[in-house]
Amino acid sequence: MLQKQISVFIENKRGRLAEVTKVLGDNGVDLAALCIADTTDFGILRVIVDKPDLAEKVLKEGGFAVSITEVIALSIDDKPGGLATALRVLEEYAINIEYMYAYVRKNSNKATVIVRVDKPSDAIEKLKDSSVSLMTSADLQNSI
Amino acid sequence: MVWNESRECMSRDEIEKIQSEELVGVVSRVYHNVPFYRAKMQAIGLEPGDIHGLADLEKLPMTTKQDLRDTYPYGMFSAPLDDIVRIHASSGTTGKQTVVGYTRKDVDIWSECMARSLSSGGAGRDSIVQVSYGYGLFTGGLGAHYGAERIGASVIPTSSGNTQRQIQIIRDFGSTHICCTPSYALYIGDTMREMGVHKSEIRLKAGFFGAEPWTENMRREIEERLGLHALDIYGLSEVMGPSVSCECLEQSGMHVWEDHFIPEIINPETLETMAPGANGEILFTTITKEGMPLIRYRTRDVSSLNYERCPCGRTHVRMTRITGRTDDMLIIRGVNVFPSQIESVLLEFGDAAPHYQIIVDRSDNLDEIEVQVEMTPQMFSDEIKNIERTERKIMSALHSVLGLAAKVRLVEPKTIARSEGKAKRVIDNRVLK
Repeated sequence: MLQKQISVFIENKRGRLAEVTKVLGDNGVDLAALCIADTTDFGILRVIVDKPDLAEKVLKEGGFAVSITEVIALSIDDKPGGLATALRVLEEYAINIEYMYAYVRKNSNKATVIVRVDKPSDAIEKLKDSSVSLMTSADLQNSI
Repeated sequence: MVWNESRECMSRDEIEKIQSEELVGVVSRVYHNVPFYRAKMQAIGLEPGDIHGLADLEKLPMTTKQDLRDTYPYGMFSAPLDDIVRIHASSGTTGKQTVVGYTRKDVDIWSECMARSLSSGGAGRDSIVQVSYGYGLFTGGLGAHYGAERIGASVIPTSSGNTQRQIQIIRDFGSTHICCTPSYALYIGDTMREMGVHKSEIRLKAGFFGAEPWTENMRREIEERLGLHALDIYGLSEVMGPSVSCECLEQSGMHVWEDHFIPEIINPETLETMAPGANGEILFTTITKEGMPLIRYRTRDVSSLNYERCPCGRTHVRMTRITGRTDDMLIIRGVNVFPSQIESVLLEFGDAAPHYQIIVDRSDNLDEIEVQVEMTPQMFSDEIKNIERTERKIMSALHSVLGLAAKVRLVEPKTIARSEGKAKRVIDNRVLK
């Protein structure tokens, strides 16, 4: 149930983000979602792609500091309160969120929420028992 | 275990008394036997009679490696070749080789110093000492060998190389102590793993590692891989060879055998003597040597001296591990900074020192130093807080080693320019008005 997210270290310099996306594009890697966490000097780009292993390989070859991070993907209804239901489960079991981001899927009324938590296996266990829909790798790939 | 208690544990007064007497003697010897020293002393109007003891040490001229090259090969010898029983030479990577000669008494004192060092690491008559330093012109192999024989240990002169055989010998012969470079010790550990030899199959208790700078991280790694106490041993062929100083099992600084070598710390810029505890260039005066005594020899190695009493009972001063070289020194806000010190700090944060660059700037008349470090896989994290924590850790490690605050910025891999040969480590943008 853990999904592979690509994390890339990017200096706060002109053209760096463009360079990452170019490497991915040139190698036929499709981006589904991305988010950037930044400080004054650097940022970390986090992306969900259709071919994470390939993405990691080509970025490494391109000289980037890159790693695969395990995250959880939730499928929620694109309606008020959808996210709140999922977060309540995590809160109840004292599972901390390191970061999260979300995107609405094409041609559906569903949204995908990518969450990085401190206790991933606990989170999966509790979410499985809840009404929240956890996405499998196949689900995530099909949604891209 | 103290090899020579009456010498190694004597009071500071006694040490200084011996140093004073021997200093007067050595100054007289070099003045009369070495034209180089006579000329140097005469040039500043100094005669042997002006040197009465330790307090006069600072009056004496210093000696540099260049002086040794200029007098190549035998110009610094104070004893006739008839009395020289051994000649060693150090590698001439940056110029001519430097040649050193030893009389029989010199070899004897060298063995004594090495015996003290091995004993302070727990070796004795019942030990099996494997000497994996190279034997030859390099002083490592023979220096360690003579000391190990002196304490009555069983000495295995494997010399360096053929690592699989080294490991076979460590395991089958039951070696209890090993002498080699720290990087070779790590390599032995790697090879053991490849050969499937576990540390429980070997009996090594302590290792004496020297001849190159290393770090606390490497110490932990070596201790973990080989299951022994990793001790730092210091020496240079010009002064004698391994065992000018060595750590005891307390592992907190190397005891300088002060009845044979007087250490000093100087500011390499002003050449002034620095107070105990200050970081600077370490100098040695070899007071008992006959073959090639050196007066205030500039090692270019950065260290500091700790005169506090060591719990092991030895009274001889401890020098801290070498944290840099003075050849490429920077002065930041009046503090001497050596790129190699920065490198030694960075070594603690990965298997190998990452690429780095030092940027020096001056804003509002204040020097600022920024260390840019290429991100390594070990440092990278998906979370900002972890990366910032790494930056802060490097910053505080730098602060404690350099004694001043340096900004640390992690940069993308392969973005710091590589140059042919020696890397350009420092960009000094200061415009001095």
